[in-house]
Amino acid sequence: MLPLPVPASVYGLLLLLAALNFRIVRLEDVKEVGSYLTGIFPLLFVPAAAGVMELWVEMGQMLIPILIAVIPVTVLVMVSAGKTTQALTGLGKKEADHD
Amino acid sequence: MTELIQGFLSGSAAWGVLLTLAAFALGALINRVTGKAIFNPLLLGAIFVIVFLSVCNIPYGDYKASAAPVNYLLLPATVALAIPLYEKLDLLKANAAAIIAGISVGSLVSLGSALVLALAMDLTKEQYATLLPKSVTTAISMDVAAELGGIAALTGAIVILTGIAGNLLAETVCRVFHITDPIAKGVGIGTSAHAVGTSKALQMGEVEGAMSGLSIAVAGVLTAVLCPVFVNLLH
Repeated sequence: MLPLPVPASVYGLLLLLAALNFRIVRLEDVKEVGSYLTGIFPLLFVPAAAGVMELWVEMGQMLIPILIAVIPVTVLVMVSAGKTTQALTGLGKKEADHD
Repeated sequence: MTELIQGFLSGSAAWGVLLTLAAFALGALINRVTGKAIFNPLLLGAIFVIVFLSVCNIPYGDYKASAAPVNYLLLPATVALAIPLYEKLDLLKANAAAIIAGISVGSLVSLGSALVLALAMDLTKEQYATLLPKSVTTAISMDVAAELGGIAALTGAIVILTGIAGNLLAETVCRVFHITDPIAKGVGIGTSAHAVGTSKALQMGEVEGAMSGLSIAVAGVLTAVLCPVFVNLLH
């Protein structure tokens, strides 16, 4: 429907946030089931993670780039995103608009 | 023996769900007993499932179909990340610029790193498109990879490995690099390691969890928009 390749779950997240914000849904009604669902997140990824068993060949062909992308790059992204936010919240500046 | 197991399994509708639960429970037990982060329940659970299917000679496709209810719950679980976020909405509004800036820088570093890797290691365009969206949630990254001509299933696997790496490394990285602000921790973890990292952020604290959940959505959308641009930078 919308032109971006954004999955249903992200639209759902934004819709639920809007519904909570405008008091269409009350926090008490969704809090318990929500905490349960976010609590079992890792379990929900097991079937997809086991999918690597079908991809050994493709994985083997690009093992080194995958390892670099998975470990050092993840650290680099975490540090660059975290440090940027920390530097700006530390300044206590509130830039009005940013899109 | 394997025929017996196969016969039993194909006779019960949701055996994939049971296998998933059993494998994860065993992984969680080992994690608790050893107390070692590397024995991650998701990592161990996936390994146990793979070992079980291989030993019993069951195709992955059969398991995937039977475990579909587990996969299906990913959608409401991602939507539910709106709840911790709503509870910290004032904090988000007060720090919106810093949060958006952090997620944007992190997403660009992620995409840029994939480009550097592709150039340095002479990857094919298919391999590059497979790696490009690897920091964002499987739902977005697999769609994006498929659209750009990558191997979507491999992207899904790399995304999950990335999440596990981020989950395991989050506390150490925050300590070593002096990321002390809970908002910054959440942004760093969610931007780099999506939902699997967010489960660690939720354990670290409410603010960390909320910001990490927000970062999944923002980084996901940003990556979806920027990937078509980045994919054309490799010739």
